[in-house]
Amino acid sequence: MSQADPSATIATKAAPHVSFRGTQKTYDGEHLIVSDLNLDIRRGEFLTLLGPSGSGKTTCLMMLAGFETPTAGEIRLGDQVINKVPPHKRNIGMVFQNYALFPHMTVAENLRFPLAVRKLPAAEIDVKVKNVLEMVRLSEFSSRYPQQLSGGQQQRIALARALVFDPELVLMDEPLGALDKQLREHMQLEIKHIHQTLGVTVVFVTHDQGEALTMSDRIAVFDAGIIQQIDSPEALYERPANSFVASFIGENNALHGTVESIDGALCRVRLDCGAEVVARPGNVVGVGARTMLSVRPERAFLVSGSAPSVNLFSGEVKEVIYLGDHVRIRLDLAGSHDFTVKTPISQLDKSLQAGDNVQVAMDPAHISALDAVVESTAM
Amino acid sequence: MSAKAIGEAVSGAPSETATPLKTQLRRAERLKKLKYGALIAPLALFLLLTFLWPIGALLMRSIENPEVPEALPQTLRALAGWDRQALPGEDAYAALVADLTENKGSRTLAVAAKRMNMEEPGFRSLFMNTARKLPLEPGVDAREGLLEIDSQWGELGTWQLIARNGRAYTDYFLLAAVDLYRDGAGNIVQADPSASIFVDIFVRTFWMSLIVTVWCVVLGYPVAYLLATQSSRVSNLLMIFVLLPFWTSILVRVAAWIVLLQQGGLINMGLISLGIIDQPLQLVFNRIGVYIAMVHILLPFMILPLYSVMKGISPTYLRAAVSLGCPPFKSYWKVYFPMTIPGLAAGGLLVFIISMGYYITPALLGSPKEQMASYFVAFYTNETTNWGMAAALSAVLLLATLILYFVYNRLVGSATSGARPR
Repeated sequence: MSQADPSATIATKAAPHVSFRGTQKTYDGEHLIVSDLNLDIRRGEFLTLLGPSGSGKTTCLMMLAGFETPTAGEIRLGDQVINKVPPHKRNIGMVFQNYALFPHMTVAENLRFPLAVRKLPAAEIDVKVKNVLEMVRLSEFSSRYPQQLSGGQQQRIALARALVFDPELVLMDEPLGALDKQLREHMQLEIKHIHQTLGVTVVFVTHDQGEALTMSDRIAVFDAGIIQQIDSPEALYERPANSFVASFIGENNALHGTVESIDGALCRVRLDCGAEVVARPGNVVGVGARTMLSVRPERAFLVSGSAPSVNLFSGEVKEVIYLGDHVRIRLDLAGSHDFTVKTPISQLDKSLQAGDNVQVAMDPAHISALDAVVESTAM
Repeated sequence: MSAKAIGEAVSGAPSETATPLKTQLRRAERLKKLKYGALIAPLALFLLLTFLWPIGALLMRSIENPEVPEALPQTLRALAGWDRQALPGEDAYAALVADLTENKGSRTLAVAAKRMNMEEPGFRSLFMNTARKLPLEPGVDAREGLLEIDSQWGELGTWQLIARNGRAYTDYFLLAAVDLYRDGAGNIVQADPSASIFVDIFVRTFWMSLIVTVWCVVLGYPVAYLLATQSSRVSNLLMIFVLLPFWTSILVRVAAWIVLLQQGGLINMGLISLGIIDQPLQLVFNRIGVYIAMVHILLPFMILPLYSVMKGISPTYLRAAVSLGCPPFKSYWKVYFPMTIPGLAAGGLLVFIISMGYYITPALLGSPKEQMASYFVAFYTNETTNWGMAAALSAVLLLATLILYFVYNRLVGSATSGARPR
């Protein structure tokens, strides 16, 4: 699953709900904003498209919604090619960044809108609107206008409107971007729970990795119009497929060196400072290739006394930063001037201060030897 | 402050500081208000002196009626208790003779005679001739003397007219402006159809304004939409074309339309040379010409409010509607159009109200059948110096516009109470 072929087709057990095949998109005829996208979305999963702005994730979503036309390739919904299906016939619910609730309609009218367009009988509409309002716990607000609601309430109504007509697929375009931190975290869980209850397929676009990790079944990391890795949050974080994913998701200590040998699940890397590291081979090409080693700050430990024999380094403490639940220790270590170790407050030696010499150990399974494209460290 | 004073201030805080705090706030607010007041005072004063006061004074002219009371004070006093059913008594005749003799040859009498002549043609000569032949020979009975000068003094209507104008205020002009008048007994009655013109003129003014407004909506809405949705390069260019009419004198534009639209004008010659028509079309000095020029002049007043509202409508709303399964055209109608109603209302009201007061364009490009209410206001002020009539027509026009505004505001206001795009 974590193999680092950007354009790899991910095999799925059942027939995919949505599949992109060789999809391309260009706006100016010169640059591809999405280049050769192959992606299968499973029925009922929560898939997040994550990437920096301009990486093509929103364009993918818009092509799926029908607001952008692919310049090449095809998009399938079920077994139907939907490239030429106009957006209003796709039956895909969508939640927009600024909610896009119609300001001249009440909450109930907003929710009735997609049902009335489908010419459902009035009694059925009433039942559906009532149920969906109960689901988002806003029943008493049905006769309010959207601008009389708070941001979080508007968000929930937008979500309800995208779900009320039982769409096959719900797309969300950075829907939580306008909310403050606390409300955003609350809504992340609420959306996740609604997804679990309804079992609808959700495609969620965000540039917030925390959001992606919290909510998703799988995350597709985009950069430069290509999916860099598509995996579960855990796999993505623990076993990044390449140096971009390692730097983009979470914090990352980067050590640069050259591969000396690869032996199955382990490889030896000679760092530029001369030290030798045993690591898990990621997408390194082979022996002799330049590599970036990626270590998460919480996967490096300060050790004293009985130390393991591999991947043991000594360094000088530059700074100790207190953060309440944990402490970040910035070190001069293994040729990096910015090596960070994250230690729970309970395991900290209180006497530690800048200038001390410490020993740091790392488990080879948690060091990924990746490509050396990103030479500068992310942190 | 001593320690004791501090202690007191702290202990008395909840009850004692509540009022002073409010007073302080009020004082601070008052200062702020005064500052704002000082800032707008020059403009407010200017408006009061050059706008509100003259308009108020002009509107007062529609009910002021000082001419007859000034010229015939004794007569009116003698007529005070008169029932207006039969000819008045001897004392009224004597008083009239005294008044006329006193004011003989004066301006006061001439003005009063002219005023009464407006209501009953022939009264100017009646008064002037009678005054010229006064005073009566000594010993001659006032009643017989007057009847000898003119038999009209023996008619009930003559005295009723004098009595009717005996007060300093009258509703005569306002009634006349809507084709009504008071008969001899003082009842309000409909004017003779041949003399009724003003109701027709007001209806015409409303109708023409409505047509102009509708055309401005039809032509302006797509332009405003283009302006709001195109790239800034295109929309800036378009905006210059929209604003161009603003930078040209209204007279120049009207003259240009005459050149373009007349029988031998550019448009007729063009159509004839293309073989589309054989005979030149009558495009000017009729209603078509007035409509063309007025729509042209008023179009920016429609486009600009619409544009400013449309500019604030995010295209996401339409996408949302489409994503919910609504076909594109229906989405425009159900979602986009209702959000533009505030702009449509503002533009429509602006165009309609400006149209109601239009004068130059109909005067230059229309036939007599296209003249609107303001033409008659100008006619009464410039040509017959009948200030009362001019003021009454203005007052009716103003009142009609205000009523319309409130009705419109009520309708549009309730329809768009929730529709404020964020």
